[in-house]
Amino acid sequence: MIEWLTIVQVAVAVAGGILCLALGFAGRKPNDYTLGVVALVEVLLVGQLISAIVSPFAGNSPSGDPLEFYTYLISALLLPAAGVFWALVERTRWSTVILGVVCLAIAVMVYRMNVIWFVQGA
Amino acid sequence: MPELTAPAPRSTRSKGVGRVLIVVYGILALGATGRSFVQIAHSVEDSQQVPLAFWLSALASVVYIVATIALVAPGRVWYRIAWITITFELAGVLVVGTLSLTHPELFARPSVWSWYGNGYLFIPLFLPVLGMIWLRSRRVGVDAADRDASDAA
Repeated sequence: MIEWLTIVQVAVAVAGGILCLALGFAGRKPNDYTLGVVALVEVLLVGQLISAIVSPFAGNSPSGDPLEFYTYLISALLLPAAGVFWALVERTRWSTVILGVVCLAIAVMVYRMNVIWFVQGA
Repeated sequence: MPELTAPAPRSTRSKGVGRVLIVVYGILALGATGRSFVQIAHSVEDSQQVPLAFWLSALASVVYIVATIALVAPGRVWYRIAWITITFELAGVLVVGTLSLTHPELFARPSVWSWYGNGYLFIPLFLPVLGMIWLRSRRVGVDAADRDASDAA
């Protein structure tokens, strides 16, 4: 895991989550912006996966439990896909709210992954 | 009450704001399943006896999955299952939450429900209550859906 990538990811996920919640409660259906934010969060998660696989070879191994780390990472990777699928099937404002909930859940999960990698067991 | 006259949708429980509830249930089910999988896998790996708290987490995660499905699925039977699972969750978080304060030795390791679910931002504590309010408000819709179904038959 790379610390600056995590900071960027949490910032994007929180900002995107608040944006989606606000637009959703304002009655907007999912659009290119809200779906785009969730797609960006997913791309950053794939970046996390690559960095998690590569980092140990560069001497940056997780201080905590790798199994727990990857359980979080794989769960997080599933969420945007599920949220976007839902948003494409159900084009209502509640789908936009759901995209926001997904983004905020991922922010919490990425923070937790950061704790496992750098703090837990250190 | 517009639900009595309007054509009943296929599942009134997965409409509107209820969708958000279902997604939060889904995320909690995913999180609880993943966590209890990790906890039990490590206990087995260290060939220890799996602590009671971990089995409880596993049971809780299965109940969360069933509750998520019951909120989505239409019909009277699933409506009842939704009530049973959500009541079980509320009872679980209250009993285990209280026991983790009064008898910490039983729950020395974290489970979904320990300390009223504070490891999960207290979501396990207030989600069942929201679920119950939601189910209660959907009762008329369920009756209408069942009546339409029996009319059609």
